[in-house]
Amino acid sequence: MSKLPEMVKITKITQENPYVKTFFLDTEIEAKPGQFVMLWLPEIDEKPFSISYIGKETGITVEEKGKFTKAMFGLKEGQKIGIRGPYGNGFTPKENSCIVAGGCGIAPLSTLAEKMNNSVLIMGTRTKDRLIFENRFPNANIVTDDGTVGKKGFTTDVLEEFLKKGNIKNVYTCGPEIMMKKVFEICEKHNIECQASLERFMKCGFGVCGQCEVGGVCVCKEGPVILSDKLRKMKDFGSHARLKSGKRVPISEYAKWRCV
Amino acid sequence: MNLETNLCGIKLKNPTILASGILGVSKSLLKNVIENGAGAVTIKSISYEPRDGHKNPTILEFDSGMINAVGYSNPGLHGALDEFTDLKDLNAPVFASVIGKEPEDFTKVIEGLGNLDFSAIEIPLSCPHTPGFGTLAGQDSPEKTLEITKAVVKAAKVPVFVKLSPNTKNIGEVAMAAEKGGASGITAVNTLGPGMIINIEAAKPVMGFKIGGLSGPAIKPIAVRCVYDVYGSVKIPIIGVGGITTGKDAIEMVMAGATAIGIGSGVNYRGNDVFTKICNEMKDWIEKNNYNSLEEIRGIVHE
Ligand SMILES: Cc1cc2nc3c(=O)[nH]c(=O)nc-3n(C[C@H](O)[C@H](O)[C@H](O)COP(=O)(O)O)c2cc1C
Ligand code: FES
Repeated sequence: MSKLPEMVKITKITQENPYVKTFFLDTEIEAKPGQFVMLWLPEIDEKPFSISYIGKETGITVEEKGKFTKAMFGLKEGQKIGIRGPYGNGFTPKENSCIVAGGCGIAPLSTLAEKMNNSVLIMGTRTKDRLIFENRFPNANIVTDDGTVGKKGFTTDVLEEFLKKGNIKNVYTCGPEIMMKKVFEICEKHNIECQASLERFMKCGFGVCGQCEVGGVCVCKEGPVILSDKLRKMKDFGSHARLKSGKRVPISEYAKWRCV
Repeated sequence: MNLETNLCGIKLKNPTILASGILGVSKSLLKNVIENGAGAVTIKSISYEPRDGHKNPTILEFDSGMINAVGYSNPGLHGALDEFTDLKDLNAPVFASVIGKEPEDFTKVIEGLGNLDFSAIEIPLSCPHTPGFGTLAGQDSPEKTLEITKAVVKAAKVPVFVKLSPNTKNIGEVAMAAEKGGASGITAVNTLGPGMIINIEAAKPVMGFKIGGLSGPAIKPIAVRCVYDVYGSVKIPIIGVGGITTGKDAIEMVMAGATAIGIGSGVNYRGNDVFTKICNEMKDWIEKNNYNSLEEIRGIVHE
């Protein structure tokens, strides 16, 4: 792929739920599960998105949240969008694994889940109409905060149940950082390796500007997938992130700002 | 052989310095860069008020270099005061980079940072892509350079480096103005341009701010010539910056007259350990070519 954004055609758009669409792009990107691309809307902005379908066409699954994603939701099949990448390290697949996805966190984990046949998949959302990919993963353990579909409760409760059964050696997670932090703590308790995919505001995407740093690590380059040994040392994991100015703020304040 | 360098009284274990705007947003990243061999590090430029900078794309790579229009995003003086505490822990000198529109803007920040452990202050009067600052505000003229440098030197308790633009017609004159204003050293150069990259399918400039400053290998010959001109014009030491990615590039800068070597885009081309790599390559080259020290070759092309 080019280092500069290349304009590619949107071949298909699927509505995953009332808030989420998948955009299929006419470009084949050789990527590992968990890697991401930068999408460019000329004159609007550029943002990182993880790849949710790897193949002849590249799929990007997007939740309508802020200005950029609203503009994306206005795009039609046949129109073009700019793309550069892939960037980041991606997940390292291992046997005997459990995948824990919170909300749209399933997007980067989906290509990993497809690669690993006998892994356990836990998909959690707030409520039924927030769920995505339930048809793609018919064997997933679904859990919702309100019990409108699947089990009522939290992904972390289901994870604990699976860990008690014994044969899980690796955990992969992506979703709200508060959830990932809990998943990590559970893994620590059970002495299990955790791979968490972090999200930070980005500029370059290739490890130069430092904007996305957490604990001396650039999420765009040494991440977005961070392993237990580094998570352990990252004081800001689950607690702080940087705004566009570089100002370090509590993660709840960051999350609110990201939705603007 | 060792590469220990004395840069106007600041002792560096080697002459490589992290350039401003690359990775220098947090103390932990500075630590990472020092562990990767940098002799000193410069923080991302700080203004009095926080700034969001330009919209993305702000930094892109092209065939032979990089283009950026970050627009001086930074958390402001108060953000910097929270971030850069106890710099003495870091085992290498840390340089502050301070920006402002008027001389008072610079001095407010410098006085504010006064109690932190910065070893030097750099003032870029040379950014080519941020309205109100640098070349877009005429801060690169000899008159403005003299005025701002004087005020900054008066407010600073540590050596002051003035960072110059490669776009200036006579960089030697600007360097003389900085020296006259009391600067302890010159940093040459900032990014070149501004330049523009157009995506022809979209029929639009790619950068969020349309234009941006160029860095990396593409600008090295210009940076080397600028250092050559500055060396011929002033007595104060020079940090040579622009397109340095290898030990041989660094030697070239020293031959043009640089005392220390700034490295920014090199991080992209060779990783965070570009500092260690460049130092090893410099040592190898010096030994293979029967020199004994960097002093021997500094400014050698002027003889
Ligand atoms: C992404 C990026 C951000 C930069 N930000 C600053 C800055 O805030 N202040 C500054 O003085 N120079 C800044 N620069 C300029 C560099 O410090 C350096 O002078 C220039 O990039 C040339 O060196 P290089 O080719 O080694 O990158 C920036 C450069 C880049 C690539
Ligand atoms: S976004 Fe620039 S270093 Fe990660």
